[in-house]
Amino acid sequence: MTFRQAHWDEPLLMEKRSAPDVPIDVADLVPPKLRREGLAIPNLAEFDVVRHFTRLSQMNFGIDTGFYPLGSCTMKFNPKFTEELAALPTVARIHPDQDEATVQGALRLLYELQGILAKIAGMDAVTLQPAAGAQGEYTGLLLAAAYHRDRGETRNQVILPDTAHGTNFASAGMLGYDIVEIPSKDGRVDLKALESAAGDKTLAFMLTNPNTLGIFEEHVLEIADVVHAAGGLLYYDGANFNAILGRTSPGKMNFDIVHFNLHKTFTTPHGGGGPGAGPVGVKKALEPFLPVPLVSLNGRGYHLDYDRPKSIGKVRAWYGNFALLVRAYAYILRMGGDGLREVSDRAVLNANYVRHRLQGVLDVPFGGLRKHEFVASAASLTAKGIRTVDLAKRLMDFGYHPPTVYFPHLVEEALMIEPTETETKETLDAFVEALTKIVGEDPDVLRSAPQNTAVRRVDEVRAAREPILSARMARAAKAAPS
Amino acid sequence: MRYTKDHEWAKLEGKRVRVGITDHAQTELTDVVYVELPAVGKSVKHGEPIGTVESVKAVSEIFAPASGTVVEVNKTLVNQPELVNKDPYGSGWMVVLEASDPKEVSSLMDPAAYRHHIGE
Repeated sequence: MTFRQAHWDEPLLMEKRSAPDVPIDVADLVPPKLRREGLAIPNLAEFDVVRHFTRLSQMNFGIDTGFYPLGSCTMKFNPKFTEELAALPTVARIHPDQDEATVQGALRLLYELQGILAKIAGMDAVTLQPAAGAQGEYTGLLLAAAYHRDRGETRNQVILPDTAHGTNFASAGMLGYDIVEIPSKDGRVDLKALESAAGDKTLAFMLTNPNTLGIFEEHVLEIADVVHAAGGLLYYDGANFNAILGRTSPGKMNFDIVHFNLHKTFTTPHGGGGPGAGPVGVKKALEPFLPVPLVSLNGRGYHLDYDRPKSIGKVRAWYGNFALLVRAYAYILRMGGDGLREVSDRAVLNANYVRHRLQGVLDVPFGGLRKHEFVASAASLTAKGIRTVDLAKRLMDFGYHPPTVYFPHLVEEALMIEPTETETKETLDAFVEALTKIVGEDPDVLRSAPQNTAVRRVDEVRAAREPILSARMARAAKAAPS
Repeated sequence: MRYTKDHEWAKLEGKRVRVGITDHAQTELTDVVYVELPAVGKSVKHGEPIGTVESVKAVSEIFAPASGTVVEVNKTLVNQPELVNKDPYGSGWMVVLEASDPKEVSSLMDPAAYRHHIGE
């Protein structure tokens, strides 16, 4: 058996005790009514803290341990030089309330990143504030609403294709808009359906291009015409930006608003679901509504511009996730325009290589080339009693993170595979060979996978029905078994 | 028994309509972990969402197969959502509507048409 992870029976930090108690006399410092006994603060020596987190990391799986083809998430390698730069004291030790004159370098970086991202996307202005892609979407829709309101129009419908990311539905729903979902045709937006859905209530149409099937919406200019003729705005979900860098841009495709996922396209870490960074770019007509502050340059240097009367206000404390912005800026400068174009070329090549090599192993609905990702279907295996979830779990035994599964919904038993540009042919070949072998294995082996990981197959049904969400709940459940 | 394109079944019981999701729907959803049902007394329109079914795989809406008023909901599903998987046409039923026009139900798909709809 090839074990893929360590399995430590690691207690919580709170349950460990390795440093001696050091009494601190607070009699003169803290009034009696503010004093408490038994504070819940771990009392540990440095070595124990280091061991704790090292052990947790050994039980984990990340892009630094193996291939991670999680479709739609663009789990590309995060180069370490950007970590070094983000750790510089001039980055890590500055405070957002410092006088502008003392942080001109940081402000210059933000100013330049606003401009670089605008150029990459073909937009006119960018805010760096949103803390993640979904917050970028939310901000983008707020901007669209402010734009319509400024023109004296009330529009409350957001149109979404059935291939849209779940966050698009959530963002529109959070803002209380009516969602109009239109069906796809041949894995693309059905123009006729869009034409009949678009009207004087259309606030925006949200689209990701290439879409979640990895298919480029080649009718995007007609789509833009339909939406604009109805008076609506076209929103670009930037989750799939890794497919088009330097080849085309949301601006060229006549989008009005775009969010970037710096943690996907520009190699900042995804780390445990966050922190992300989801800057938003807009065309000139929407610039007045961007959140305050923007970073501007005047005769005296770089400064934070709050004098924006039509702004929707702040969407995030201070100026966004600064350390991530530093990493993205460093990555973009290091790659340059040519380098970024090569990123997308290779991402597309890698996806199509894997798709091509999987012919005869898994079906890939909707013919033709893909961009940076593709969606395979394991529907033909259900007759053997094998479902996508079994393939996904078994891949873990071979040391791979499973692809995204059961999304998008229009593909039965879906596996969404996105290799990214930073993987070699050897890695891709080994992945294809593993998947080929798995498909031919005894269904019982698949259904009992994974065997070689720190945690075996999780009972997802029980986890959903009887959720245990904290260490305290786990202890209570152990003490009183149901 | 009649069927909708969104995989609900509807069974006329006099003026009342019993509603659930089909065997095909529960197979596709896999293990159901949560069912959200409407309040008794709520009036609904044909095609409107009246609840949600959550499985380990996806969250789906349940749509009213006819207009009317909710007169009964299957409260057992709150603690035993697995009944939707075990017995979708029996103890896994979801709501009973007092239909304002029972003819709406007869115009839904019959078993042969529904089988064709799901590609059987």
